[in-house]
Amino acid sequence: MENEIKEYTVIIYTENEIGLLSQISNVFTRRSLSIWSMSAGATAHEGVHNITIVTEGTERKVREAAEQIEKRVDVIKVFFYTDDKIVYRELALYKISTDRFLGCNDIEGLLSRHGARIVEMNRKFTVIQKTGYTEETQALYGELEKFEILQFIRSGRIAVSRAVQEPVFKFLEKREKARKQLNK
Amino acid sequence: MEEKITGSDALWRSLIAEGVDTVFGYPGGQIMPVYDRHCDYAAQVRHILVRHEQGAIHAAQGYARIKGEPGVVLVTSGPGATNVVTGIADAMTDSTPVVVITGQVPCAALGTDAFQEADVIGLTAPISKWNYQIRRPEEIAWAVARAFYIARTGRPGPVVLDFTKDAQTGMTEFKYEPCRFIRSYIPDPKPSEQMIEKAVRLLDAAERPFCVFGQGVTISGAEKELAAFLEKGDIPAGSTLLGLSALPSGFPLYRGMIGMHGNVAPNILTNVCDVLVAVGMRFDDRVTGTVSTYARQAKVIHIDIDKSELGKIIRPEVALRGDAKAVLAQLTERMQPKDRIGWTEAHLRCEAVEKEKVINPEVHPGKGLLKMGEVVDRIAEATEGKAIIVTDVGQNQMMAARYSRFTSPRSFLSSGGLGTMGFGLPAAIGAKVADPARPVCLFVGDGGIQMTLQEFGTIMQDGIGVKMVLLNNNWLGNVRQWQELFFKERYSQTRMLNPDYGMIAAAYGIPARSVDGRAGLKEGIREMLSGDGPFLLDVHVEEEGVVMPMIPPGKGIHEIMLSDNEWFS
Repeated sequence: MENEIKEYTVIIYTENEIGLLSQISNVFTRRSLSIWSMSAGATAHEGVHNITIVTEGTERKVREAAEQIEKRVDVIKVFFYTDDKIVYRELALYKISTDRFLGCNDIEGLLSRHGARIVEMNRKFTVIQKTGYTEETQALYGELEKFEILQFIRSGRIAVSRAVQEPVFKFLEKREKARKQLNK
Repeated sequence: MEEKITGSDALWRSLIAEGVDTVFGYPGGQIMPVYDRHCDYAAQVRHILVRHEQGAIHAAQGYARIKGEPGVVLVTSGPGATNVVTGIADAMTDSTPVVVITGQVPCAALGTDAFQEADVIGLTAPISKWNYQIRRPEEIAWAVARAFYIARTGRPGPVVLDFTKDAQTGMTEFKYEPCRFIRSYIPDPKPSEQMIEKAVRLLDAAERPFCVFGQGVTISGAEKELAAFLEKGDIPAGSTLLGLSALPSGFPLYRGMIGMHGNVAPNILTNVCDVLVAVGMRFDDRVTGTVSTYARQAKVIHIDIDKSELGKIIRPEVALRGDAKAVLAQLTERMQPKDRIGWTEAHLRCEAVEKEKVINPEVHPGKGLLKMGEVVDRIAEATEGKAIIVTDVGQNQMMAARYSRFTSPRSFLSSGGLGTMGFGLPAAIGAKVADPARPVCLFVGDGGIQMTLQEFGTIMQDGIGVKMVLLNNNWLGNVRQWQELFFKERYSQTRMLNPDYGMIAAAYGIPARSVDGRAGLKEGIREMLSGDGPFLLDVHVEEEGVVMPMIPPGKGIHEIMLSDNEWFS
């Protein structure tokens, strides 16, 4: 369906993050596509950065945006997927009062039910970490609210495609061959 | 070890290594070290001093489009840089290779709101093909090489080098290596074998194929390949505004210009053909009219080097991502030769109607006040279609596009996508600098000429022989036409009281003549074209002239107005 609005994860590989982030977000803004979440970081490949953006729109609009982004000289490759084509997670951190938290009689059970764990605990506060979908991190938030949440933060989505090989590295191998060809 | 030179020397040597012999610019505080070093390179690189930075970039655009090589702009930081922004956006939409070098405050002052500091990288990112801030002198050779490679390859476009003052004055070793490869950038895509095959099958089976082509043909140098393709397949063709002159006006299968003020035949043919071949064009809304009724009956083959254009507006049956020259040659070689008598005559009735209802009354009115189309036609006659025609934006542009005649490629220069008033005069300067041997005729209105009128100073100082034809009607004519047709004749802010342009020209030592009748026009054109120097022909034309035919906004390309009360049927 051409006009069906869906959630898409746009995975962007770039040469150098600096300055590109604003160019990329401009492409979304200009087409009134909202950015629901964004995460950026280095890949295992030296010099290659990854930016993952979650947005919502028609396939056509998202494809257009992806092509405009890929057109930027320093962007290596852009992919976009519906949720069924990727494995994805978000990370959430919850800071709560240690006193109130220790007053709970089923800490272990609560954490294991949610697949969460404690990453830091001191006299004043405790930090709990959980990975999962937005609904899951939100569900834990709901349960922890009774202990008074001092701070809560959720990361942007990161995702890997269900394709066996990461297609960007195949592309980079091909380009490396082309470079060698040219220098012969 | 190499001897060290200043960053400013490195810049000039890099430009020379890229084959640059002309720069359009304007000095200022944060670019002074570069200007200082120019004294030592003046014999190799001519610097043309404009009167406003906007003039520099439009001149560089004109230079680039006529020469087919990047135009170079050199300006200072802050206001110098912001004054070229319009031209950068214009070059981006019209795929023009321009390398813009802007001065920038020293690195330590970046981000402090220093005097004449502007965020040039942020400002120009969405409207340039690539931009880069040079902070160290060691980066100069690399950045310039990359800039030229990106500007001139693939779909050309403007690039910006923001050159901090420390990088200009710092010392560096210098070794220049041209850029030939960027792994994240593929300027020479090739369509797959299957796609070529599919296109050939469509073409062979077509009964009524039609071709629409744009500036991609000129950029790729595919004029001969296009002609061979059309001839072998007996395929008629129409041009976009920027495609004009890629085929000679007299080419037997050429049907004229498409779009809002284009010819009737190619617009009608687009909506009756069975296969539409689009070459190096991007289906601008001025070409398609209402998209939902554009060429719905046709299977579309779209050839473009820019992947993001394929399917952006019109979904093609076959998308051929590649260089027009190579792709057209491949298609021509493989497709069957055809004789499509009948179809190649389908335009005759459209042409006859347009001639009778629009062209003849515009070009040969015989009596009454001078008409814009008439002036353009007489100049085409006098120059035998050999001049480079430059236009501003508005009625002058459409009339020049409709009634000029072309005999060789790269003969038409206009601001298409952005529609920048004020483009014409400086662009004509750039065109003349690029090709001094050919006559350059500018058509400009009384509105547009005043937007960059200061460039008379550049013409004077450098003796640039631009022939300026002012189609003077005391109105902002195109907006007036829309007000007449679509805003109930409420003429809001379109009437203009004009100065005596002849006196302005005289102040700059530019010969001028004002004409308002047919005898004067003939004599004026003769006088204008008799010498090599600049000339202003101030032609007083009918005040309320309209450009017809017209596909009104919101209509399909088959819904064509021939006059304010008559439609083509």
